[in-house]
Amino acid sequence: MATASSSLSSKNRRSGMMAALMGLGMLGMGFAAVPLYEVFCRVTGYAGTTQRVGEAEAATVKSTTRVMSIRFDSNVNSALPWSFKPEQAVDHVTVGARDMAIFLATNNSDKPVMGTATFNVTPLLAGQYFNKIQCFCFSEQLLEPGQTVRMPVLYYVDPAILDDPETKDIKEITLSYTFYRAADDQAVDAAKGDS
Amino acid sequence: MTTITADGHIDDHAHDADHKPAFFQRWFMSTNHKDIGTLYLIFAIVAGIIGGAISGLMRLELAEPGIQYLQMWATAHNGMMGGGEASLDEAYHLWNVLITAHGLIMVFFMVMPAMIGGFGNWFVPLMIGAPDMAFPRMNNVSFWLLVPAFLLLFGSTFVPGGTGLGAGTGWTVYAPLSTSGSAGPAVDMAILSLHLAGASSILGAINFITTIFNMRAPGMTLHKMPLFVWSVLVTAFLLLLSLPVLAAAITMLLTDRNFGTTFYDAAGGGDPVLYQHLFWFFGHPEVYIMILPGFGMISHIVSTFSRKPVFGYLGMAYAMVAIGVVGFVVWAHHMFTTGMSVNVKMYFTAATMVIAVPTGIKIFSWIATMWGGSMTFKTPMMWALGFIFMFTVGGVTGVVLANGGIDDNLHDTYYVVAHFHYVLSLGAVFSIFAGFYYWFPKMSGRMYNELLGQLHFWIFFIGVNILFFPQHFLGQQGMPRRYADYPEQFAYWNQISSIGYAVMLVGVLIFFVNIGYSLLAGRKAVGNYWGEGATTLEWTLSSPPPFHQFETLPQIK
Repeated sequence: MATASSSLSSKNRRSGMMAALMGLGMLGMGFAAVPLYEVFCRVTGYAGTTQRVGEAEAATVKSTTRVMSIRFDSNVNSALPWSFKPEQAVDHVTVGARDMAIFLATNNSDKPVMGTATFNVTPLLAGQYFNKIQCFCFSEQLLEPGQTVRMPVLYYVDPAILDDPETKDIKEITLSYTFYRAADDQAVDAAKGDS
Repeated sequence: MTTITADGHIDDHAHDADHKPAFFQRWFMSTNHKDIGTLYLIFAIVAGIIGGAISGLMRLELAEPGIQYLQMWATAHNGMMGGGEASLDEAYHLWNVLITAHGLIMVFFMVMPAMIGGFGNWFVPLMIGAPDMAFPRMNNVSFWLLVPAFLLLFGSTFVPGGTGLGAGTGWTVYAPLSTSGSAGPAVDMAILSLHLAGASSILGAINFITTIFNMRAPGMTLHKMPLFVWSVLVTAFLLLLSLPVLAAAITMLLTDRNFGTTFYDAAGGGDPVLYQHLFWFFGHPEVYIMILPGFGMISHIVSTFSRKPVFGYLGMAYAMVAIGVVGFVVWAHHMFTTGMSVNVKMYFTAATMVIAVPTGIKIFSWIATMWGGSMTFKTPMMWALGFIFMFTVGGVTGVVLANGGIDDNLHDTYYVVAHFHYVLSLGAVFSIFAGFYYWFPKMSGRMYNELLGQLHFWIFFIGVNILFFPQHFLGQQGMPRRYADYPEQFAYWNQISSIGYAVMLVGVLIFFVNIGYSLLAGRKAVGNYWGEGATTLEWTLSSPPPFHQFETLPQIK
């Protein structure tokens, strides 16, 4: 009887540990969801996430004859004392050809401020075909008091968009940016003291 | 399950089988599964009274268009903490606090403790012929984690939560409302409360899984296990796989709120929609966690009162497994309006509808169990029949809502409120009442009063239908959820809905009278008071069962 009950308790301990490990595994998966979600969005263009391509890859793209209008949308979070707008609201671009859009950002405050932009395109499905070669949104931007900066985006629309039955009817894509105050902006004030 | 009959001997060996520890030791340091089950049931009833009272406040305010009482309550609430006259915004915030508290209390502190902690603890060991749970002390920890969890949630209503006192985020705690939108410690306290309640449930789940796998009586294979045990097993796995994800999600909320991380903040490269994905990866299995043990109980009750073994036992068991598995891959149907492509919507629509198949198997099997049976309509059976009706209504509106295209229109309207109250407030709660009447004499040793039980059922049944059915109409007319006020055109059905609440309340009062009466003056219950239809192992024991049972394990043939 004693051996029977002690073997039950060791069996219980083993089952309990296995169950606990499953729970811990799921806890880890919960946190792992953060980078996985980012990778998922980047790879699939989910939620209108645009693609980032290198110069070499961009050079191989052939231009087509289809023209699309690309609209530019700009927003500023209320915590950031900037004004931010595209130089022109809409460009007409040949699919496959590269185009440069210019955004103007002005720091309206009397302090240097660092901003960072988030971005996506609508229709959301166009995200996987919207390729950026260069963008101000890839890094944080520091603006001196009163300074205005011309911020370029170099991009093209992948001709594969015309072959995808879900996206071939898209005639207009809106590229949207929202500027936020950079999370580490306090560091800017400290850095200013050095310069 | 058809072959389950115990050896027939009642397990009351002469040596101190019924020696009980002193009061404090018995109830505060308990390791006895039946006592812990009782504690859980008492806890669930207390929480249910509080959560139900909150819904009463809400139906009172919603009985007429305009703000009647809310501002007064908000001022009184402020006054408790030494504040002054409440602004309209503070009144609206109080509304958010009420809906948040109602949701969290009913989900985490009423339904789950009653079904899993209460009936699960009481009857899983009895039904599988085990002397107790596998980890009795951990069982005690599970229960006592719930108490501070509840106190934290309760306490959160008295500290600042942004616009006013308390956490007003809804039970979903969506970012950014729960991060940048709710300054103050209230939301932190609510999140910690969820952490504790989650830890409690995870420990409970580990305990149930171990108990069910290792401690079944000799001869009880998995395929001879009673359906209630099957349902708790599936539920325990759902808890174990989904709650840690919620824990991770709300931990990131906490760090976003307090330590400057930006998991859900677009300004730092995060995404608030990620929170919704994580929440609903937990949240959807959670709704099955709340209903599966009910499925198990209903199977036993329908079988008992039809005096027939349940129809299609294996189909019933594996239907629950299927519901559990598919329940993990449908979460985004709660997020149809967050901007998904047509293909993603199509997948989540189709996957959601697939769940109607195993659920349909269960409904039809219950009906087939009754078919040709020698039925009696005692109180538990009435609740079980009520459950089948209500759950089917809620299931049908669920299939409607599963359509991504229709959901665009009905999302966050009262149609959704009606749907999930039909499956939860009526489905889960009806099954809890069914189980309560079915097992109350077994747990207490006293029969309940049949007349009061029938009265409770009929008044409650009529009340909740008057309460929730009109909300379908309100939703279809476009009335949104989570508002304290509404335009004149919604007045008619809202008033009827509030009348329904009052009717239901009368039913609940009868329930408490019945409990009081039965405990004081109920007839003594015999071991198997339901007769030949009741075939599981708990009916081979006395009512109430001895403090320690099955010291000699029963043999299952």
